Amino acid sequence: MPTYQAQIYVTLRPSVLDPAGTAVQSGLHHMGFTGVEQVRIGKYIQVTLTAEDEATARQQLDHMCDQLLTNPVIENYRVELAIKAPAGTVA
Amino acid sequence: MNVSVIVFPGANCDRDAAYVTRDLLGQPTQMIWHEDRDLKNADLVIVPGGFSYGDYLRCGAIARFSPALQATVEHAQRGGLVIGICNGFQILTEAGLLPGALMRNRDLHFICDRVPLRVERTDLVWTQHYPDQAVITVPIAHGEGCYYADADTLQAIEDHGQVVFRYCDATGAPTPESNPNGSLNNIAGICNRQGNVLGMMPHPERVSDPLLGGTDGLALFQSVMSKQLQTI
Repeated sequence: MPTYQAQIYVTLRPSVLDPAGTAVQSGLHHMGFTGVEQVRIGKYIQVTLTAEDEATARQQLDHMCDQLLTNPVIENYRVELAIKAPAGTVA
Repeated sequence: MNVSVIVFPGANCDRDAAYVTRDLLGQPTQMIWHEDRDLKNADLVIVPGGFSYGDYLRCGAIARFSPALQATVEHAQRGGLVIGICNGFQILTEAGLLPGALMRNRDLHFICDRVPLRVERTDLVWTQHYPDQAVITVPIAHGEGCYYADADTLQAIEDHGQVVFRYCDATGAPTPESNPNGSLNNIAGICNRQGNVLGMMPHPERVSDPLLGGTDGLALFQSVMSKQLQTI
């Protein structure tokens, strides 16, 4: 089976306040970056997986995100997927 | 009453809870390792405070998938009693037994303090020993205790009377100044609609023995065990 490399970006939903982002924003202002209008902090997760094909990999990653990697109450996510090694090769 | 306390790697309030139910109130209490599915005929399951699985990813996110917690979800779905305290509250929201989520405190600090709470409902199995609108003082110790739910969910929680404890001032008023962590509507603890599942950030088990400087939490455990305590 081919090996895929997924990059998962987890961000807070727009309606959710981000006190850590606000604190970092304030720090950037203190550094003199007065043009900074907003900072939102999220998570970046890399997952390497094997799957039959890209559609299956995406389906599995969506399930992982919905069930464990994110909390849908407060977070959104976006998955970028690339093939790392085709079937029959060693990743 | 058979009490089962779930023990996760990183839990640190499990023995405090067991001390209250076993030593102070004389109820058979067992510790259930997170890998066990058997809750040993529990009537009451306590999901204790601490830092289960190191709080990795999100507080409570990984504990949710443990066999003991899955058995706890089934126990709750059968109408069994479940209380989640602090990290236990976070776990119960992650598991979907309670609505909403607990996020980083508004001011980013870990807060260790004693705070007044108003008991919003005294008709629950958890709170029947408290006087109406009682104001109690209970310790909090958390970094992620800011209760959040989207507007519709929050409205539904309020409409169904699911708020059990609210942060308040000494007079019982839930003011912005008395909100330690930015929780929406000053929410400190909620129950599910059926009332058999309770989650709260404050630690009632830490104010149950007079030696520890207060007993405002004891009535919660006495409430839930009132039938058993009457027959002793």
